[in-house]
Amino acid sequence: MGEICTERLTLAYDERAVVAGLDIVIPTGRVTALVGPNGCGKSTLLRGLARLLKPRGGSAYLDGRSIWRMPTRELARQLGILPQAPVAPEGLTVRDLVAQGRYPYHGWLNRWSEADEEAVARALDITGMVDLAHRPVDALSGGQRQRAWIAMALAQETKVLLLDEPTTYLDMHHQLEVLHLLRRLNREEGRTVVLVVHNLNHAARYSDHVVALSDGKVVAAGTPQEVVTSEVLREVFGVEAHILSDPDTGVPLCIPYALCENSNVRAPSMDSFAAPHTGHIHV
Amino acid sequence: MTATSFHLTRSSPALSLGLVVALGVLLAVVIVSVLYGAADIGAATVWAALFSYDGSTEHLIIRTLRVPRALVAVLVGGSLAVAGAVMQGVTRNPMADPGLLGIEAGAALAVVAAVHFQGISSLAVYTWFALAGAALAAVVVYALGSAGRGGITPLKLTVSGAALTALLSSLTTGILLLDRRTLDEVCFWLAGSVAGRDLGLMLQALPLICVGLLGALLLGRKVTTLSLGEDVARGLGQRTAWVRAAAALVVVLLAGGAVALAGPVGFVGLVIPHAVRFFVGVNYRWILPYSALAGAIFLVLADVAGRLILRPQELPVGVMTALVGGPFFVYLVRWKVRR
Repeated sequence: MGEICTERLTLAYDERAVVAGLDIVIPTGRVTALVGPNGCGKSTLLRGLARLLKPRGGSAYLDGRSIWRMPTRELARQLGILPQAPVAPEGLTVRDLVAQGRYPYHGWLNRWSEADEEAVARALDITGMVDLAHRPVDALSGGQRQRAWIAMALAQETKVLLLDEPTTYLDMHHQLEVLHLLRRLNREEGRTVVLVVHNLNHAARYSDHVVALSDGKVVAAGTPQEVVTSEVLREVFGVEAHILSDPDTGVPLCIPYALCENSNVRAPSMDSFAAPHTGHIHV
Repeated sequence: MTATSFHLTRSSPALSLGLVVALGVLLAVVIVSVLYGAADIGAATVWAALFSYDGSTEHLIIRTLRVPRALVAVLVGGSLAVAGAVMQGVTRNPMADPGLLGIEAGAALAVVAAVHFQGISSLAVYTWFALAGAALAAVVVYALGSAGRGGITPLKLTVSGAALTALLSSLTTGILLLDRRTLDEVCFWLAGSVAGRDLGLMLQALPLICVGLLGALLLGRKVTTLSLGEDVARGLGQRTAWVRAAAALVVVLLAGGAVALAGPVGFVGLVIPHAVRFFVGVNYRWILPYSALAGAIFLVLADVAGRLILRPQELPVGVMTALVGGPFFVYLVRWKVRR
């Protein structure tokens, strides 16, 4: 279980509709990458799926139940979200951060349990943070810090994990480290993973399902082979690109080489946010 | 870079023991505060005044001046430190403090206005006006700090607080310039003083402060989670709007109660939580009780120092805390604030 879908989901900041009337289905037990240009609504969509942003219309559903009808704690036991570039309070240790992942399992009274301890130990182990458990988060390198936050989300023991740009600000090595970790969580533990990612080659290589968004609507969704194509890149990013096939895995690799003429992708402006779009895609 | 050894998670037994030690230190400084004053009164007489009262002048001094003074310092110091700690956690702002963010100035203006316009001369009704003023100022500073793009940031909140404090303080000064009678009544109070407060006033503020302290301690764990950030806390299943509202109520009760008792005493809420964090880490379950005790100890000591420095003159305790807090504020701005 852990199936996420939306029905005519409309998300807006102030008066600007960023996502309007969106219907999507996120495949269960897979890694899904949300890609698209800046301001296309991918982070907004992720926030909408995680109940961080109240929809103007429609809803997101988890296993057929509207997430807005679920008790807060229950949702947090089924769905975890790692926001973009979170900042830990100065001096907070990795272990204390990871222990916060147990928050949805605690009411006013119940004490720290054996199950809590095991969940924290497992999360530290999977992310390779055991040796760093007593270090302050702010003293870690960028990659280690991101792993610490992922460990917190793991201690939450949710079947769905949403991550907003988990590889941004990381160097190449640490980006791969995080992506490998996410794929392992999916393959070995069957968690549904949804991530917003900028690098299309990463999206193609590490996800099973790619959703390309532009102006708040879905332009293409499907396997990496179906989505990472010259046409989609032209329409979504306004770039001309060669699409090669990875010699080892066969997944598409894109090499952008020029900007499209008459590109309909502009720097995000107020107009492009305001235009209502309806995207329909069923997988 | 940072002194990591000080930030390691302390085990609960060590921290519990530390609280007992802090309680002992507090008791000791309260005794010192009761023993030292303008009149030389021996320890034996002090003891007798407390436990076999005979109505003599010396006993009267102990019972009606020195003991209330020490207790007021305990209550005010503890309240302001806890209020500051809660504000710092909930707003993720190292510079949050009921003084700096205008909440104390709001309470002070409300009291001065009440004395001026209503002709209220009894200290006893200060409490309700102080609470109302604190609440209003809290709402205004939060609204100003979160207006505009990007929501609430430490910088915007601090600037809003400074602007509000300047505005409210100048209004307070304006009233006092127009009205000498009000000035005479509230002058010493306005500088922040724990002297000359009778037990009646204390009994009126006591329940508010107790409710505030209890509420703060109950919120501790939730404040720790909220200090990770709004989105993270909500993702972990916290109803952050409720936690923020409860925290605001706690701050208003504590800061309003403290101002009603002692006038606006600055910097306690800023300095103490930082000092406490250095020793107990970042978990508010421990920061809050330690702040209560450390704030009380600090204010009692500041009051004793204020009596000793210019003997036989006395400096109001608010002046003493500003002498310590001012430089500390500069240190925070310089090294601790990230945009």
